[in-house]
Amino acid sequence: MTALASPAATTTAQPILQTIGLEKRFGGLVATSDVSLSLRPGARHALIGPNGAGKTTFINLLTGVLAPSAGKILLDGTDITTERPHARVRRGLSRTFQINQLFAELTLLETVAIAIAERERKGWSMFRPLAAQTAVIDEAAELLARFRLADVMAKRTAELPYGRQRLLEIALAIAAKPRVLLLDEPAAGVPEDGRREILDIVRGLPASVTVLLIEHDMDLVFSFADRISVLVAGGLLVEGTVAEVSGDPRVRTAYLGEDADG
Amino acid sequence: MSAADPAAGAAMSGPAPAAGAAGALLARDSAWKPWEFALWALALAAFFLLPSKLLLLNDIAILALFALSIDLLLGYAGIVSLGHAAFFGFGAYAAGLFAIHVSGDPLLGLVAAGLSAGVLGFATSFLVLRGSDLTRLMITLGVALMLLEAANRFSGLTGGADGLTGVTMAPVLGLFEFDLWGRTSYLYSLGVLFVLFVLARLLVHSPFGLSLRAIKGNRLRASAIGIAPNRRLVAIYTIAALYAGVAGALLAQTTQFVSLDVLSFQRSADGLLVLVIGGAGYLYGGLVGAIAFKLMHEVISGLTAQYWLFWLGLILVILVLVGRDRLLAGPRGLLRAALARLPRRRAP
Repeated sequence: MTALASPAATTTAQPILQTIGLEKRFGGLVATSDVSLSLRPGARHALIGPNGAGKTTFINLLTGVLAPSAGKILLDGTDITTERPHARVRRGLSRTFQINQLFAELTLLETVAIAIAERERKGWSMFRPLAAQTAVIDEAAELLARFRLADVMAKRTAELPYGRQRLLEIALAIAAKPRVLLLDEPAAGVPEDGRREILDIVRGLPASVTVLLIEHDMDLVFSFADRISVLVAGGLLVEGTVAEVSGDPRVRTAYLGEDADG
Repeated sequence: MSAADPAAGAAMSGPAPAAGAAGALLARDSAWKPWEFALWALALAAFFLLPSKLLLLNDIAILALFALSIDLLLGYAGIVSLGHAAFFGFGAYAAGLFAIHVSGDPLLGLVAAGLSAGVLGFATSFLVLRGSDLTRLMITLGVALMLLEAANRFSGLTGGADGLTGVTMAPVLGLFEFDLWGRTSYLYSLGVLFVLFVLARLLVHSPFGLSLRAIKGNRLRASAIGIAPNRRLVAIYTIAALYAGVAGALLAQTTQFVSLDVLSFQRSADGLLVLVIGGAGYLYGGLVGAIAFKLMHEVISGLTAQYWLFWLGLILVILVLVGRDRLLAGPRGLLRAALARLPRRRAP
């Protein structure tokens, strides 16, 4: 697939996250095809595309869950293509999952506290109770309060309704204090009234955090992103501003025409 | 633990959850409970109350430590093992050989045996990092089988099928001679169990312990919050092996003999069984299970000497099928009602 996008042209500063000719093949299936994308620091970038376009595969490549067949990934100029997922998190690349990936048996407080403890490199601390690490606990409680989860912080995650688990999913990614945050359909599976809450939180992220939003829902995308890339059949079809992309006839054919379930 | 949760939830449902309250919440979870003090006091009291049963009590303490080490693996890190006797047996032989060839000092021997088993655990931990539970079961089983046959084969060193004899122990701390009635043995084993238990208790409430539960719960997410799962699993596997090695060493030192069955499949299975009976993931499962297991053995084999395993099997099947929580829900409810002495709170 020939990508017509020229992402590097508009950026002046060094991109915080960049992929160069990224490719992923599963046997004969090309899930990601020659994707070159770059995010300037502080960007609000959306990656859209119809179901099966390879959005989640792309995220899994960025975070190291999958290894690419070809191409490179640079985080702030450093090649992280072969780094393990946890190492990328420590470099400041954090994500949420399209389907909640949480610790069902841990309480919300424990969940967020462990994420913060790991960020502070305290995960190997064996003989000092977590309860005694007040800085970590206080920050965890604060973060949960910010997500309006403070009232349930002593509950096990499994006891929470899905919509509120979704908030925890995002809180957990933010607990890592990422430089780049990858949000994989953050509002997926959330009822209408909960979507607003999630959108508010995403909008309220500090400008220093670069956000790549993978989304299916065009309303959410248009109200949030300053740039949009359209992924179709594994390859980048178009990249541009909201106006450019929404006006592009190819996008209408490839994507908007199929947006019946969005 | 689970009993505290609803109460904690109720306490936190107020409109102004302060950060300090969060710390208190976790502190309460990790604080020593009255029943824990009672349990350890009882274990010590048993020394005075059951002077004729000290050898049995010593067996229970050793089995409890062995099951505790399996609990660290299974209950916290989610690693199933059918070959944990490899480390128990390795520790037992290490302690026996250390006493024969190096020094008869029990504590030195204990350290040597624990470290040896820990090294073996570290070396074999890399085999259990990947794969399904079935893979892990087979690998742990295989490692234990290899070790058993190696001990059998190198009879010059281990005594082979005849067992390792000539183990003589010096007094504990140079003061307490091992005796025929198990007085020193029980206190020694109980002391070691207690110290290692306290350390394990610290461990599971630490960030490290919580990170293990995170890996067990969801490995994908654990690495997405910056945890390197493999290194943590290597660490806990090594620690669990060290614990099992110490348990084996206690057996070798207190019986002053090591036989091949320290490495047997039966021992691995017993350890797992004990943990399942007592319950994994709250640290006391090994202790409770060991007591229950040995008592059942005493009582049932007193009634039907040959067929006690039948009853053990039956209990195991019921326990796993019906579930411990449901089995205990009745008695627990009654107990709670009795404690509260409120007619309204009787179990429904």
